[in-house]
Amino acid sequence: MTSERENPQTLSALDRPNSYIGKTVPRPNLDRLMQGRGLYVSDIELPRMAHAVFLRSPHAHARIVGIETSAAKQMPGVIAVVSGRELSTVVTPWVGVLSHLKGLKSAPQSAIAVDRVCWQGEAVAAVVAASRAQAEDAAEHVLVKYEELHAVTDMRTALDPATPVIHASLGDNLAFERIHDAGAVDLAFAESDEVVEAEFVFGRHTGVTLEPRAVVADWNAAEARLTIYQGTQAPHMVQNIAALHLCLKESQVRVVCKDVGGSFGIKVHIYADEMATYALSKLLRRPVKFVADRVESFNTDIHARDHRCKGKIGVKRDGTIMAFEIDDLTGIGPYSMYPRTSAIEANQVVNLVGGPYVTGNYRARARVVFQNKNVMCQYRAVGHPIACSVTEGLVDLAAMKIAMDPVEIRRRNLIADDAYPCASPSGLRFERLSHHAALAKLVQMMDYDALRAEQAALRVKNIHRGIGIASFIEVTNPSAAFYGVGGAKISSQDGVAVRLDAQGSVICQTSITEQGQGSESLTAQIVGSVLGVSMDRVRVMLGDTDNTPYGGGTWASRGAGIGGEAALQATKVLRKNVLDVASAILQSVPGELDIVNNAVVNVVDGAPRIDLSELARIVYFRPDTLPPGVQPELMATRHFVPREYPFAFTNGVQASWLELDLDTGFVKLLKHWVVEDCGTIINPQLVDEQIRGGVVQGLGAALFEKCVYDERGQLTNANMADYLVPMSGEMPDIDVGHVVSPTLESELGAKGAGEAGTAGAAAAVTNAVNDALRPFGTIITEIPLTPQVILTALRRI
Amino acid sequence: MTATVAIALSVNGELVEANVLPRLNLADFLREHLKLTGTHVGCEHGVCGACTVRVNGDIVRSCLMLAVQTQNAAIETIEGLSDSGEIADLQSAFRERNALQCGFCTPGMLMAAQDLLKQSPCPDRERIREHLSGNYCRCTGYQAIVDAIESTAWARRGRRP
Repeated sequence: MTSERENPQTLSALDRPNSYIGKTVPRPNLDRLMQGRGLYVSDIELPRMAHAVFLRSPHAHARIVGIETSAAKQMPGVIAVVSGRELSTVVTPWVGVLSHLKGLKSAPQSAIAVDRVCWQGEAVAAVVAASRAQAEDAAEHVLVKYEELHAVTDMRTALDPATPVIHASLGDNLAFERIHDAGAVDLAFAESDEVVEAEFVFGRHTGVTLEPRAVVADWNAAEARLTIYQGTQAPHMVQNIAALHLCLKESQVRVVCKDVGGSFGIKVHIYADEMATYALSKLLRRPVKFVADRVESFNTDIHARDHRCKGKIGVKRDGTIMAFEIDDLTGIGPYSMYPRTSAIEANQVVNLVGGPYVTGNYRARARVVFQNKNVMCQYRAVGHPIACSVTEGLVDLAAMKIAMDPVEIRRRNLIADDAYPCASPSGLRFERLSHHAALAKLVQMMDYDALRAEQAALRVKNIHRGIGIASFIEVTNPSAAFYGVGGAKISSQDGVAVRLDAQGSVICQTSITEQGQGSESLTAQIVGSVLGVSMDRVRVMLGDTDNTPYGGGTWASRGAGIGGEAALQATKVLRKNVLDVASAILQSVPGELDIVNNAVVNVVDGAPRIDLSELARIVYFRPDTLPPGVQPELMATRHFVPREYPFAFTNGVQASWLELDLDTGFVKLLKHWVVEDCGTIINPQLVDEQIRGGVVQGLGAALFEKCVYDERGQLTNANMADYLVPMSGEMPDIDVGHVVSPTLESELGAKGAGEAGTAGAAAAVTNAVNDALRPFGTIITEIPLTPQVILTALRRI
Repeated sequence: MTATVAIALSVNGELVEANVLPRLNLADFLREHLKLTGTHVGCEHGVCGACTVRVNGDIVRSCLMLAVQTQNAAIETIEGLSDSGEIADLQSAFRERNALQCGFCTPGMLMAAQDLLKQSPCPDRERIREHLSGNYCRCTGYQAIVDAIESTAWARRGRRP
């Protein structure tokens, strides 16, 4: 644990008199959103814009026998009715594989299904009309004749020889398999005093962004250029993919991303209906808008977490964890999602299980199978909640078996805070983590001993409360190791350009994007701090491939750590350039000058020498007055990507305090605590709110959220009345604490914080429920922990 | 095809006359006809609360009300409440507390919060959470929103004891 830099004698670029780093400052531009004057994609209207709706398959698996569109084409306002085959002349199919995920296979997927539909909700035709209502009216008159095929729905039987193969060309329904074996697992189990096994079951759930996916595609035939307005987390990725499959050059595609109504990984993929919308615009030579309705969102936004994971832990009587073993199975729908693939989550589970602990003995198998359900892919905290729930569930089961306190068994097995750098049994390299400091802080924040005493006192009164602890690690700041090495054209570096305008204010263009995390704020904070200007003088532009440097965007907890460092380095260059000009104007030397509060000052006494506005005036309007040979460069660009470590791991620990109603099976969340270590904290309030929001998404998964499919592959709760999300009434207050271990990969030292909350919340809740259930001799290893699941475990129903 | 119906109503204090199809809901009328896009559409079935507006002083889900039902009604949207300054202190508290991230729920959330503060000047946290329980926010986890509303209630009480 460190909260100070290694060498405090050397001031970094951040230790400046008017630094905003580490301070809570309000985000710029919030008024726009609070006054209802934001610009989300659903708000955008363009001249001659038409509206697309998609006719979607009611069957999970069926052959398309015929599509009759003539009646629909006669309906008022209809511009076109387009089938998959017709659209395939404009857009090519894709296959969602990455070469570094050895053996991963998938089948070609089309923007609109051709000949066959593979999940309920796959588009079979597009109707384009003058208004959305007219398009929906006409869609009812498109007649599609289907021949239903056997739907593969149960992941457990997907690989059975008797189960039909969804894509005959692939040979079987296995998309990906990974096997990992480290240390001496069999020997470790043999030498354990106790071995505990359990099967952990995770419900399929989804992101439920409040603004559904939406896109406006505008093909300008005269410019031969496509402008895509889309709420995406990765504009340059969208640019690359759209160009590739519409047979354009990247320079012919501009992606503009204004306000985004929630993303969480839902909006980091390329969806078939979005690709179809780009293609429809090109086909019809006019702007086309598609906004998913809520039913479409449930049926087509990526789902996540549908895993069944068998786990095994060996433990000595003194609490020493000897080994972990897992066998994970997940069903991903009929296609591996494009371009990030649907094997990443299972791969992450293998990577992360056992990650916080010392034991080097670890064996894992993960299998990823196809099914006729909606596609699954990366959603906030990819794989982490599964790995954390399995690991922490097993650790608690082991502790229970040897009658050891859950905090104590963790103290005895978490990697020591002075053991870094080191590697996990799955080969992950840790630069520096702080498990013990985090656990100590958590125990203190929650007053663990007092809580245990309260629990015991209430138990006598037949009130059943539980405490659950979950340590976790989180992957942040990914390098090219995530996607680039597998052949995906998804940038792992980000770029920032900063320039001084003619009034001495700063314009900053960054390739990271904003979906509410505070990317604009943290960028302005860094630029203001490093340059020495007030934040209100810094305007941040993002989300436009024509007007920002090339970069990855905001996903995988990378914006602050990677984009933030690029901002820092670019601003250092601008600062040097400004001081060079100032010293020429003032006949001084750069080392004697500094920039503080929007003015160049003397280092020695802080006396103001020249305002930045005056300096800018001279540079832009009276360069003739500068000494000969001085060519000011009041714009600087820098890029950054981590090179030493493939990922900057963070760590943390969560605790849940809850009460179980034995009669109804309801869980009441009383309190939740998180201690996390994301390195340098740029804005404490924004970090805390990322954690809280992430925790609540994890709590949704723990208690409520599940996409319920029937055996024929029909999603039975595709609406917000039947699919439950966390609302304010059920959520607890969440206390957040920090340990600060900056990464030395960057001068900024920031790691990510976006997914830590989601990573461990469900594990903490499940462990707390099992703690509350202790007197009843039953264990639950399934989420969501619905009243039905709890009452069944209690044998009350 | 069904004929349009003439309606006249007040929106943020301005008289509006329009001819609308009977099936047009109020949210779409505000957004598509009047271009008041601060009223957001999240679920279109009355669960998420993003489209909350005020009709004759009461908050309603504008996706569950038809435009033709607003004949002679007084509608207030987030744009109106912002421009009148009625919720300036609440908006300021949301800004200070970072009670919004993506901002998509925020107009509806502010509508619901102001409704609560008008009904109940000193709500406790549980009452605030209960009143907001029809407004879905996926980003914040709600705590910052509850904090902002609580602090606004305290500040208003201080001003008007």
